[in-house]
Amino acid sequence: MGAHARSPAQPGTARVLLAVLPALPTLAAVAGTLLLFSLFLLVQGQPAGEALMLIAQGAFGSTFAWQNTLMRAAPLMLTALCVALPARVGLIVIGGEGALALGGLAAAMLAQRLPDTMPWFLATPALAVAAMVTGGVWIGAVGALRQWRGVNETISSLLMAYIAIALFKFLVEGPLRDPASLNKPSTPTLPEPFMIGALPGLDVHWGLFWGVLVCIAAWVFVSHSTQGFAMRVTGGNPRAARLVGLPVNSLALTACVLGGAAAGLAGMFEVAAVQGSANAALLAGYGYAGILVAFAARQHPLAIVACALMIGGIEASGSLLQRRLDLPDATTLVLQGLLFANLLAWEALGKPLASWRVSLQGAAQSAPAHQMEQSHV
Amino acid sequence: MTQRRDFIKQAGALALGTALPLDTVLAADKLTVGVIYVGSKGDYGYNQAQAQAVSAIRKMPNVKVVEQENVPETVAAQKAMAAMIEQDGATLIFATSFGYYDPHVLKVAARYPKIRFAHCGGLWQPGAPANIASYFGYIDECQYLNGVVAGHMSKSKKLGFVAAKPIPQVLRNINAFTLGAQSIDPAITTHVIFTGDWSMPVKEAEAANSLIDQGCDVLTCHVDGPKVVVETAEKRGAMSCGYHASQAALAPNGYLTGAEWDWSTPFSRLVAAAQASKPSANLLRGGLKEGFVRMSPYGANVTANAKAKADAIKAQMMAGKFAIFKGPLKDNKGGIAIAAGTSYAQTDITLERMNYLVAGAIGQV
Repeated sequence: MGAHARSPAQPGTARVLLAVLPALPTLAAVAGTLLLFSLFLLVQGQPAGEALMLIAQGAFGSTFAWQNTLMRAAPLMLTALCVALPARVGLIVIGGEGALALGGLAAAMLAQRLPDTMPWFLATPALAVAAMVTGGVWIGAVGALRQWRGVNETISSLLMAYIAIALFKFLVEGPLRDPASLNKPSTPTLPEPFMIGALPGLDVHWGLFWGVLVCIAAWVFVSHSTQGFAMRVTGGNPRAARLVGLPVNSLALTACVLGGAAAGLAGMFEVAAVQGSANAALLAGYGYAGILVAFAARQHPLAIVACALMIGGIEASGSLLQRRLDLPDATTLVLQGLLFANLLAWEALGKPLASWRVSLQGAAQSAPAHQMEQSHV
Repeated sequence: MTQRRDFIKQAGALALGTALPLDTVLAADKLTVGVIYVGSKGDYGYNQAQAQAVSAIRKMPNVKVVEQENVPETVAAQKAMAAMIEQDGATLIFATSFGYYDPHVLKVAARYPKIRFAHCGGLWQPGAPANIASYFGYIDECQYLNGVVAGHMSKSKKLGFVAAKPIPQVLRNINAFTLGAQSIDPAITTHVIFTGDWSMPVKEAEAANSLIDQGCDVLTCHVDGPKVVVETAEKRGAMSCGYHASQAALAPNGYLTGAEWDWSTPFSRLVAAAQASKPSANLLRGGLKEGFVRMSPYGANVTANAKAKADAIKAQMMAGKFAIFKGPLKDNKGGIAIAAGTSYAQTDITLERMNYLVAGAIGQV
């Protein structure tokens, strides 16, 4: 990692700069997005200032807005990890939607097998494990295909997601369908005691709590564990990693399995905290939105929490834009698209930033080592 | 903050409304109606039919409408409804997609017992929150008439049906269409292709092309947006019958007629009840007679014969004297679907569990 040049200049300032450095491309992208979005609205003859105010208000302007944002952000945190964790070993996996669907389905099916009398503190973890194992196996298969068969993981994960969705629909509308669900094919409804409630005092379910917790755990894992470090080495240069004797294949597999497990868990929460059964409403695009969140967070597990809030906020405020300014729903899509394009464009800052970081690291040589490890430009 | 204050004001007004003489309060206050759609308002289909009713209630005095489209059937639906209530002061919410009901409308309606909720799908059952009204229509009557016209106009005697999913509502439409056509010529067959979901434009185009390749010369459909099917038929020189809303503009040559919702009937009834602070029925259903559904005007190429026959059956339906589903009726596997002597009225709950295709409908449930 860092070249430890011995230079004494202002270690304090350097340390602060070093900490915000990884966020710089994202911040620049947000600023660029807002600018372009305002231009877009002005060209359309819409009040840009008012629209931006409404976005802020609709996303974070009141307790209600905050809860609206948090609720939408919760599943995105988990599906973003399905992109961010494989990214650690250099794999770009975009098929989280499939893991989410099958994870949710597994949880819904297991719930039918468990006795109704089972206390929730046993049932909920059991459902979570079922969902995580299913999601983990699904994305793990993508990793295995990549490492042992040389199949491009980006394409295979996307194709696997299509297969998963087809399988999901077939099972929900066929063998696993609750005969009572006439015009909305669904699996049988979860017994009431297995349903996951809201966080105390909030109108947001426990999925948010677990989403944040899993992101923190993922951060500890990738930044503070030997295996996480080995993954980063693998992601940086797999051949070098092999040469120094790292188990590259199993590291890649682990990263994929963990990512898939996170997406599967998101599916479990959608079933057990929101829908009450597995049905087509599960396929709401959380898996794909997670890709945007992970790239916005530049694959950093803690930044995922912040970026999920940002995307959740955009979605929450989209509704206010429609209702107050009569803008079409596509406006939020334009905003998200601009954001994604900006994020990719500002990635070009990577190289100059890397050299800047090296000099800053020299300046802040007394800084604790882990601050440097967080960055991964 | 201002919204919260507005909300409190509105909620207060609502509470007062029950205590004070109505006209004094109502004169001052507008009824804010919130509407959520699962797709785009301009989809030439399911959502457009709902949006047409919304533009009808916009014209009613003292009504303000806030709308949101492309709301998925997730917590987003719950939040969108709650946002309309909390941020815009809406006191009547139209949740227009079938899939919003369970758990989303049920949950939000229980949380806001003073707000009125209207849901499209006719799913309300005793025990569900009393502030929900569920509306739906017997559109299979129009599909039967579609079939009558198609049966007259078809030369190949093969009709095509692009359907989303093999669920009771869809099967009922396919069967009604087929029976309508067979009332003209019992040898007519309907070829059915299921696309698997409500909005699959690419698959819908493939299905439409494939049906035309198989020799079907009149197409109809039951998907959220019939635009693709009707346009494909027009491009290939085939005829089409519409669904949900009128697609006549998309196919000036081949559009025969269409089965349309007329949601302005239940919408205006529910709005009027809310304005008068009167309770409304929890279930609102109706067919042609009640004005919940209607036919598109006949296309230019429809023959006088076909019009006369369809109009005659329509008159019987309007008089409440016509049963679409009556025995003896065979399903397409050779079994008995409805025994001889049995006849089902449109309101019969048995029809809502339909799980077969009638003989002459070629496809698999």
